[in-house]
Amino acid sequence: MIKEALTTSTPSAQAESNLGARYVGQRAAFGTLWVAGAITVVVLALVIGYVGSHGAGVINWEFLSTPPRGGLSGEGGISSTIVTTLYLAILTLSIATPLGVFAAIYLVEYAEEIRGAGGIIPKLVGIARFGVETLAGVPSILFGLFGYLLFVVAMDFGFSLLAASLAGASLILPVIIRTSEEALRTVPRSYREGSLALGATKWQTISNVVLPSALPGIITGIVLSLGRVVSETAVFYVTLGGTYKTPKSIMSGGRTMALHVYYLAMETRAFDKSMGTGAILIATIILINLVINLISRRLQ
Amino acid sequence: MQVRYAVDRGVKYVLLASALISIFIVFMIGALTVREGLPAFREIGLKGLLLGTSWRPQSGAYGLMPMIAGSIVVTIGAVLLGVPLALGCAIFLAEIAPDVVRGIVRPAIELLAGIPSVVYGLFGMVVLVPLIRKIPVPYNTGFGVLSASMVLAIMILPTVTNISEDAIRSVPRSYREGSLALGTTHWQTITGVVLPSARSGIVAAIILGVGRALGETMAMIMVIGNSVIIPSPLTDNLLTMALSQARTLTGNIAVEINYATGIHESALYATGVVLFVLIMIVNSIARLLLRERSN
Repeated sequence: MIKEALTTSTPSAQAESNLGARYVGQRAAFGTLWVAGAITVVVLALVIGYVGSHGAGVINWEFLSTPPRGGLSGEGGISSTIVTTLYLAILTLSIATPLGVFAAIYLVEYAEEIRGAGGIIPKLVGIARFGVETLAGVPSILFGLFGYLLFVVAMDFGFSLLAASLAGASLILPVIIRTSEEALRTVPRSYREGSLALGATKWQTISNVVLPSALPGIITGIVLSLGRVVSETAVFYVTLGGTYKTPKSIMSGGRTMALHVYYLAMETRAFDKSMGTGAILIATIILINLVINLISRRLQ
Repeated sequence: MQVRYAVDRGVKYVLLASALISIFIVFMIGALTVREGLPAFREIGLKGLLLGTSWRPQSGAYGLMPMIAGSIVVTIGAVLLGVPLALGCAIFLAEIAPDVVRGIVRPAIELLAGIPSVVYGLFGMVVLVPLIRKIPVPYNTGFGVLSASMVLAIMILPTVTNISEDAIRSVPRSYREGSLALGTTHWQTITGVVLPSARSGIVAAIILGVGRALGETMAMIMVIGNSVIIPSPLTDNLLTMALSQARTLTGNIAVEINYATGIHESALYATGVVLFVLIMIVNSIARLLLRERSN
């Protein structure tokens, strides 16, 4: 091999021709990557364009401001489903956000130093880590079954916003924990050391130095979860009851916009109204993303 | 001083309690689902449930094989279609996209992630299914494995892309500089240094994608046809398997739980247990792979 190389060409010439081939390979690879990026945008444009353009035909003020009237052609608007979605999102996030962020802070800032130590707490923390990992992979319909059994039946909340938001909070908890953990881990160690060296306690360091630096990442995680709640159908299909009446309290059942899309398409085949609801749903999510992007940019 | 330290200690236990709640939830999900599924396991038997090829609640047949096969087939389809695209996108965004292009693709993926699964299901019903129905194969309804895999591929794209991109970005700059300084091209640096360093994150991304695919419910009900059959070719051509109708484990639960009672209801919880175990197996394999690779 070496002899061959020496006789066929000088080392520098060979390196040069090899360089050429390497750059051709790079160009082909990068071309493919550009196509991958383009396909993503095209798919998005197709989905939003199709649903948006077909949904636009049914969207008007009456559609937004009147509740569904039921019936086979999906008569009426979607006002009660907007209200239900709003209530459910607020309830679910206010249960899951504090729990998730606190859990992440513990796992990143406190659990590391007791890793491998004896006693019950390190063991429990080990199981908690496993729990978060496991929960993240559990399909939402299982959270639905669980929520149905525990909150709807066993705790006797019935088909209600309360039962649904507890089930929804279990669903998004691992999302918030994982994204917050990641955000906390990106804060440089030197920040913590600097603060501790100035005489701050651990909690002062966390609340004044670590959390502010990690905040944009944590907020991103919460937005992802908010999107998940607004989009989720399976969990609420089995815990929220599906009635299209406006909820009166957290013990009332309801129908989110996402559920309404499903009922219209599958039960009444009212595809246009279904796409109208879907378009409003997508618009809601675009709005949420914009607002949050603005907030996290300002914080940075 | 005293107060600061008291707060410090108090906060620690509040945080610990939050972390432990996740154990409680996993425990409850596992325990409750298994408890409710137990009568079905006892009455039908593990073998009958897992290997039985017929699911007819009216005549007391509760075999889950068709749904297990359905879930696995559509997931494989989604991974084949979605993961290469997602990884390409992640590398593109993290390594080579100019800021202007990144400013378009990044929000596009964020939006794809935000679009509700029912909207994808609806899109599949009104666009993909009629399109696939045009393929001239006998008994092709358009509803089936191919529609389901395509919808799933779009749905797992943001998950896999986002997490892989994060992993690629978290590779220290000095690794790249070291590699480039040795005379490698940017692409060689990506494949030789960046991707290997980021692989744990990338594998985690794919696992989450598979989990999402196995667990998707509503969009599957909407496009897969829900017939209780093991996906099989419609003609002599093996590829027509993609046009076969199917039903997923998730769909089986959601479609029937509303009216199921007695042993039928229990069999649906057993379906949940099977789904849970399937996901655990997938995750463990991936974790094993991860450990093996890092050694």
